[in-house]
This record gives sequence, structure tokens and C-alpha cells, in this order.
Amino acid sequence: MNLPRVAAYFPAFAKGYLRNPLGLFMSLIFPIILILIFGAVFSNSGVSAVPLTVQNLDGGSAASQQFLAALNATGAVSITLVSPSVGNLSAYISHHSLTAGLVIPAGFGAALANHTPVSVLVYTNPSAGSAAGVVQGAVQGVVNGLNLRLAGGSVVVSTIQLNVGSVLYTYIDYLVPGLIGFSVLVAPMFSMVNISSTWKRDKLFRQLSLTPLTRGEWLTATLLWYVLLAITSALLLLGIGAAVFGAHVTLTWMTLPILVFGPMLFVAIGLLAGTVSNTPESAGVIGNIITFPMMFLSGTFFPVSLFPSWLVPIARALPLYYVIEGLNASMVFDNPSLALNDTLIVLVLAVAFSIVAVRAFTWRED
Amino acid sequence: MPETIAVSKLVKAYGDLHAVDGVDFTVNSGEVFAFLGPNGAGKTTTVEILEGLRRRTAGEVRVLGRDPWTEAGRLKRRIGVIPQDFQFFPKLSPREAIQLYARLFAVRVDPEALLAEVELSDKANDHYDTLSGGQRQKVGVALALVNDPELCFLDEPTTGLDPRARRSIWEVIRRLRSEGRTVFLTTHYLDEAQQLSDRIAIINLGKIIATGAPDEIIGRFGRPARLRITGDPALVTHLTERGFRATATNGGAEVELRSKADALAVVNAVAGSGLRWEGFSTRSDTLEDVFIHLVGRLEEGSMRALDEREANR
Repeated sequence: MNLPRVAAYFPAFAKGYLRNPLGLFMSLIFPIILILIFGAVFSNSGVSAVPLTVQNLDGGSAASQQFLAALNATGAVSITLVSPSVGNLSAYISHHSLTAGLVIPAGFGAALANHTPVSVLVYTNPSAGSAAGVVQGAVQGVVNGLNLRLAGGSVVVSTIQLNVGSVLYTYIDYLVPGLIGFSVLVAPMFSMVNISSTWKRDKLFRQLSLTPLTRGEWLTATLLWYVLLAITSALLLLGIGAAVFGAHVTLTWMTLPILVFGPMLFVAIGLLAGTVSNTPESAGVIGNIITFPMMFLSGTFFPVSLFPSWLVPIARALPLYYVIEGLNASMVFDNPSLALNDTLIVLVLAVAFSIVAVRAFTWRED
Repeated sequence: MPETIAVSKLVKAYGDLHAVDGVDFTVNSGEVFAFLGPNGAGKTTTVEILEGLRRRTAGEVRVLGRDPWTEAGRLKRRIGVIPQDFQFFPKLSPREAIQLYARLFAVRVDPEALLAEVELSDKANDHYDTLSGGQRQKVGVALALVNDPELCFLDEPTTGLDPRARRSIWEVIRRLRSEGRTVFLTTHYLDEAQQLSDRIAIINLGKIIATGAPDEIIGRFGRPARLRITGDPALVTHLTERGFRATATNGGAEVELRSKADALAVVNAVAGSGLRWEGFSTRSDTLEDVFIHLVGRLEEGSMRALDEREANR
């Protein structure tokens, strides 16, 4: 591996890519359009109604009724009221395996009237996964609205959240890593399928083979470009998600390995698909057959935890699932062990596909 | 003269098909060597084996003293190649392409000088996909020269180019030769081979059927010179009766000349015949005539060359 040759080829590949409007659109612009559309459509309403068990200990107050009406109006939760007599709601949720619960404390209405601080309690069941986040997001949204109305944004009502970490999750929090995963998939897949098939047809690999550049150096420079694209796309989506939709997503040290191994995985799959195809047309078809199921079934646009149970094993069989779960674990849940687990799965898949692809991908002919 | 390329008993088989079937030839240092043959004769297979792009089935090949398949890495620094149907990255300019190659070969090159050499200075910053066929081919020539090669492979470098662009590439080939480089040229255009090359090999059905300087090949395989007389068709009978090998032509007769003295004898016989005659002309075989004679059929490339030559007359 001669690094100066990798460094020499990298800008030439980058120029070729950047001067092709379609490639640039698919890898950087399209995910931004998606986050703007999906963010605008779903951020306020949540993904789908998640069951929420509510214990209203301030049942007589108009304020608590208005609070629940506002919560209901988000469409994110479907409220089931339980009597104060059931006792501790946390135990009740555990006992009945419910997704989430909310306790409106006694004196809630009075506190609002007096502008004195008060907290609502949100219980979430860790096994409910992302549905719990939807509840927390919906409650926090209504609480924020109340605070704004009551005190111009200063906190009167707060949520106390139990069982799961302290971050409140909304749809946009899932959409940001989902669309970063989308970029990690789409940019290398579509263009590598195209490159490996049309360059073979146009004999551009043959042309490169006449120079000292080796296949390994070519692949390294190409991979570096897609890693750079993935990181750029991640930063753009993160920035837009946070600035426009208030996403609670952070970059952690565990995010970077996924943004390296993810592109590596899809560069290898794309290269393999294009290499084994006889024509660019058949390569395109094979590429689409591989890409589209992953695009929709790996938690890109909606959390897999909201999928019907029969669809979940299919999602888990797709490589992109682990990229997106890893991104969620590192960027949303701050769960390094889950992120590490997913990263290792992606790494193993990337290495395996790379070995197969490099063996199939030849520049010279026998 | 030292051998730049030595090929002995070269075979390339695809299953039962022998695309190249026991080929032997040598190319000397500093010469332009033209490799001719009809479509499917084994030209490109042979040249790709020499370039290190294709593995041979059997035989011995040495290019600049090295095995082109197992020592391709070392060899590619000393050779320049314009492959058949040269293509390059559509969104790079000629200047960027030269800079890329210079960095890959780790050599210092003045892109402006190289662009000027191939007459492409005015297109230095245009993207490759906006260039004409001739300009694209010149990018290929420029790239083949970046590493200052001792040996250049030009595989049909002028196919599809207009006459002006073809002549411009010819100038480049002449310049390469004058600089002492060896040029291995494959072409469909036999006039091109005749004008540019020092020696020629003709391959057909995977076998070499003739090698030598163009004039040698014409002398060895061509028909004798002919004297053509325009005039009365009865001249054919008149000349045949006097022992000449005369045939009828459209508007006269043509006589095969077995010696220089024959020409004078024919002129005297015609003058003394009392028949009407308007003019005399002589005709000798060209490389193209010999090629068609040897290959035994008009393949597409030769037909095109013939058509173009006729059109230019």
C-alpha cells in the first residue's frame, strides 16, 4: 500500500464524484430533503399512538384534564386512565407489562395556577424500546408548551422520568440516526454498483491498471471518500435535526467507527454486485434488489420497535439494521455496549464482504 | 539492433478456440512496428498480452526483457499504452488527468508542455466528456507519455477519427520515433501502416502470415506492376496475340509487366496497332492490395479504408 498514490487518486475520484450532480444529490442532498419532509410531517404527531397508562391524582382539576387533552391531541399516545386506587403506578406497569405510564400529582392544577414548580412522573418500561421514547417525547412536548404559555418558557412544570435514561426521545431523535444510516447505505451502494459495472464496460479499470495504482490503493481511496461523505452527511443531518426540529442527538466516540465500517460494508457489497453483473443494467437491478429492502426495513424512517413482530426478524437479518441500531445506541441512547456490539457486527460483515468482493474484482483478464 | 519485444510460440486459448496460435515475432528498439490483421485475427489479444493486461496460455514473451504478466508492476513504468477504445474519467480535464498520472507514476511532468505536444493546450481545462473523438484520443496519447516510456503501444489510435485528427496522431507517432522510442502500432488503416512503420506483421486467424518492411512484403506478396491503356477494347486481343498478359478493363486494357522492358514493348505494340488509344498509366500493388490478397477477404476495416481512399482520390 503506497499512501502517496492513495493521496494522489483520492482528489481525482472526489472531483469526479462532486462534478456529477446525481451522485451528490443522492448522497448529501436527498437525505436532507428526507429529514425536512419526515421531520415536518411526523415530528409533532409522533410515529403512531403508543399506549400510555395515566394515573391522575389531581382528577378534579381542569388543568389536569387540559393537560391530558393536549397529550391526547399529539396523536403520539393513546391514553388509558387507571384509578388512583391501583396504588403505585410503577408496580402496576411492571405487573401488567405495559409500555409506559404517567402520574399527574395531586395539586397539579393549583401549582399551575400559582406558578409553583410541579413535576409529572413518566414511567417507561425499558423493554418497550423506542415506544417509550415516543411517550417521553409527547409528554415533554406538552410540558414545554405549558411552560411557554404559563411562564414564557421558564420551567413551572417538569417531567420526572424513571426507569430509562434521562433523555427524552421524539420521532426526530430516531430519524436523524436513521437517515445517517440511509446515507451510509445509499451513497456507496448506488455509486459503487454503477462504478464497478460501467467502469468495467468502459475499460476504466484497465486504464488504471496501466498505472502503478493497485486495486487495494484504489479501494482504499474510494472507501476514504465514502467515509468522508458519511461523516459530512452525519454532521449535516445532525445539525439540521437539532436546529430545525430540536433533535436530542449527540455525537459520541462510538459513532465514528460505525461511520467508517458502515461505508466499508456497503462499498464492498456494491462493488461485489457490480462486479458479478454482466452489464450495468443488470448491476442496477441487483443493486436495487439489495438496497431497497434495507432502505425501508432497517429502521431508517421508523424505529424497528414499532414494526409488527413478524417483520422484526427480517429487519434484523439486514446489515443496515446494525448500522442504524449502532447509531441509535451511540447517538440517542448513549449505550456504548450496544453500540460496540453493533459496530463489531458491522465490522465482521464489512471484512467478510470486502474479502469476497476483492477476490471477485479483477483489473486484468485471464 | 536490440530486441525490445520478443515473442515466441505465443498461444492464447479460450477453451477450444485459439485466438492466438503459435505466434513468433520480434520488435527492434527504436522502430515503428505495425501489427495488422482483420477483425478477430488476434491483434488485440496479442497486444494486451504484451501490455500485461491479459495472461497467455503458452509461449514465451519478453517486453523490455521482462515477462509482461508476472512483472507487470515494473514494466508499466517503462511503457506507455493507448488501449483500443480509449476512455477516461468523464469529469476530469486533460490537465487534471496528466497531473493524476504524474502523481501516480511519481514523476515530474510539465502538463503544459505535454498538452502542447499533443496539440491540446486550448482544451486543457475542459472535461473529458466534452471533448471530440480526436481530442479524447490525444488525451490518451498524452497520458501514455507521462512516464516518458521507452516503448509505446498504440492500439488502433486513429480508428473513428476524421482525416485531420488522424494526421495529427501520425505526427505524434513520427515524433515518438524521432525521439528514439519504440512504437508498437495496431491499425485497421493500411495506408497508415505503410506510411508510418519500419516493419509490419500481418496476423490472420491467430497466425502470423507475413512479416517484414512494407516494401519487402509488397515485393514478396504483391502482383507485378501493371500498365493500363485507355482506348479501344480491341487492344486486349491485339496485345494477347503478341504474347502479352493483357486483360480487359473498363475502357481499355491492362497488361502485366514482367520486366521494365515489357513497358516499352507494350507501348510500341499499342502505337503500331492502328487502334485508338488515349493514354497510359502504371499501377503497383499497395500494402492494402497485398493485405486483401493475403487475408483473402475484405473485412470491415479494410473496406472502410478502401472506401475512404477512393473518396479522397
